[in-house]
Amino acid sequence: MSGESTYNPTNGFARWMDARLPIMRLVHDNITDYPTPKNINYWWTFGGILTFCLVTQIVTGIILAMHYTPHVDHAFNSVEHIMRNVNYGWLIRYIHSNGASMFFLAVYIHIFRGMYYGSYKAPREVLWILGVIIYLLMMAAAFMGYVLPWGQMSLWGATVITNLFGAVPVVGENVAIWLWGGFSVDNPTLNRFFSLHYLLPFLIFGVVILHIWALHVPGNNNPIGISVKSEQDTVPFHPYITVKDAFSLSIFLILFSYFIFFAPNVLGHADNYIPANPLVTPAHIVPEWYLLPFYAILRAVPDKLGGVVLMFGAIFVLFLLPWLDTSKVRSARYRPLFRQFFALFIIDCLLLGYLGAMPAEGIYVVLARVGTVYYFAHFLIILPVLGIVEKPKEVPESISAPVLGGSAQAAE
Amino acid sequence: MTDEQQPVSEEPTRRDFLFLATGAFAAVGAANVVWPLIDQMNPDASVKALASIEVDLGAIETGQSVTVTWRGKPVFIRRRTQGEIAEARDVAFDALPDPQGDEARVTKDEWLIMVGICTHLGCVPLGQAGDFNGWFCPCHGSHYDTSGRIRKGPAPKNLEIPPYEFVGDTRIKIG
Repeated sequence: MSGESTYNPTNGFARWMDARLPIMRLVHDNITDYPTPKNINYWWTFGGILTFCLVTQIVTGIILAMHYTPHVDHAFNSVEHIMRNVNYGWLIRYIHSNGASMFFLAVYIHIFRGMYYGSYKAPREVLWILGVIIYLLMMAAAFMGYVLPWGQMSLWGATVITNLFGAVPVVGENVAIWLWGGFSVDNPTLNRFFSLHYLLPFLIFGVVILHIWALHVPGNNNPIGISVKSEQDTVPFHPYITVKDAFSLSIFLILFSYFIFFAPNVLGHADNYIPANPLVTPAHIVPEWYLLPFYAILRAVPDKLGGVVLMFGAIFVLFLLPWLDTSKVRSARYRPLFRQFFALFIIDCLLLGYLGAMPAEGIYVVLARVGTVYYFAHFLIILPVLGIVEKPKEVPESISAPVLGGSAQAAE
Repeated sequence: MTDEQQPVSEEPTRRDFLFLATGAFAAVGAANVVWPLIDQMNPDASVKALASIEVDLGAIETGQSVTVTWRGKPVFIRRRTQGEIAEARDVAFDALPDPQGDEARVTKDEWLIMVGICTHLGCVPLGQAGDFNGWFCPCHGSHYDTSGRIRKGPAPKNLEIPPYEFVGDTRIKIG
């Protein structure tokens, strides 16, 4: 998609096809011969892993939809039907439900990798923004998917999240009623969530294509964060990166399989095996683990609208990240102070995740407030100021320089 | 318009008018087409048809509560004790985040009828619990008093009073 095409059709049919639909040229230039920085490490293999996760979710999801009934009277039983009667239904459902968790695990590693190595900085701002959009769509898809089994957590999770919109002044209540198609979360809500849950993965797929397109214009960032200067700095995607991705994916699949076969429900919540009951709220409503930090932020604020604003703000601040980070140096390897604050930021995110799972009382609320303030401070105060006060270490001349000692000397 | 027209004229041309008129017409048309696609998500006729119910209160003793379903939501009906009524009336307005007198929340002092949905994020509060002896929402820790008014926690408003009327001494119609 950028630079000169290196595709060279080798036979008559390939030449004929290339003049009509240059799809083999697209594959050749973007996969086979796509130039990739030769120093990218295993943190860069999560893009491939995420593509695998998306395809897995779509394939298993389409199969589950063949056996599932989106109606309040049948949804819970149809999921049990999948688990007990459908051939390999248990396997397909466990892949799908644990697949969502693995998808988020991979996306969080992918996002933190981008933050550590400055992959959001010019000229990759649009690439980063598309990534945040994918992340938002993933959260919407995951939330709606969690509603479909129509257990207690499904119903009450949906109730809490749709009530967030009720916090909007003036129109909030009408928006909530419009989302529900009634006066509470009920059959119309379940029906439309099923429809949208089926739609969203395809939207994600579309944005992923844009994300890859936006990646292939400037090319990959790399661990030392300086741009590719010559062909010497790159290797072709195939076989060098495909093999690396395949190895990483294999390791990832071991973990994935562990959850599917040995702990399929450990990431879920036992209350969701109780059929939904609109008259009884479970004692602790807890979202899935991947949404916990945002849930902690929501509960940290003692005001309904304020909590909702900060929770959505915690995601929207990510859109501004390319402009909030004022440092020109991409990789944290050459930013000694940023490195330490990055570690604190990860600890803060994990702390918020832990607090989101705890009851909203006593010390937990106090800590959640501290964590929330620090989360926003990281983006709105620390990153802009660091870029000005920090003295970065000397950045090498080229990607090859740190490896080939000679040129590093020459650079000094 | 005509050949005599100055090329630099500031005067809108017939073409400008047609362009704007066509654009405006298309926009109105598009909005008309989009509206049914949006409005289909609003409550349908069958949902609205369930808008009112009648409840017989005869069997409820003082100090007892029942929960009925109205529009898919729980409605708490509590026959309050004299102590609870006194407690509800003996509150300074300053202590209420959403100030409202207990008298304004009941038709008959004894009967407190309200939607059992926490005004924070929609959980069902637990009865006769919390710091104010009324209702307590376990989801995010909102405390309501014996009149269903918010006293402490993140909920912004008192528990909602549904429209209802007594259609007999011990019979009400909700909705």
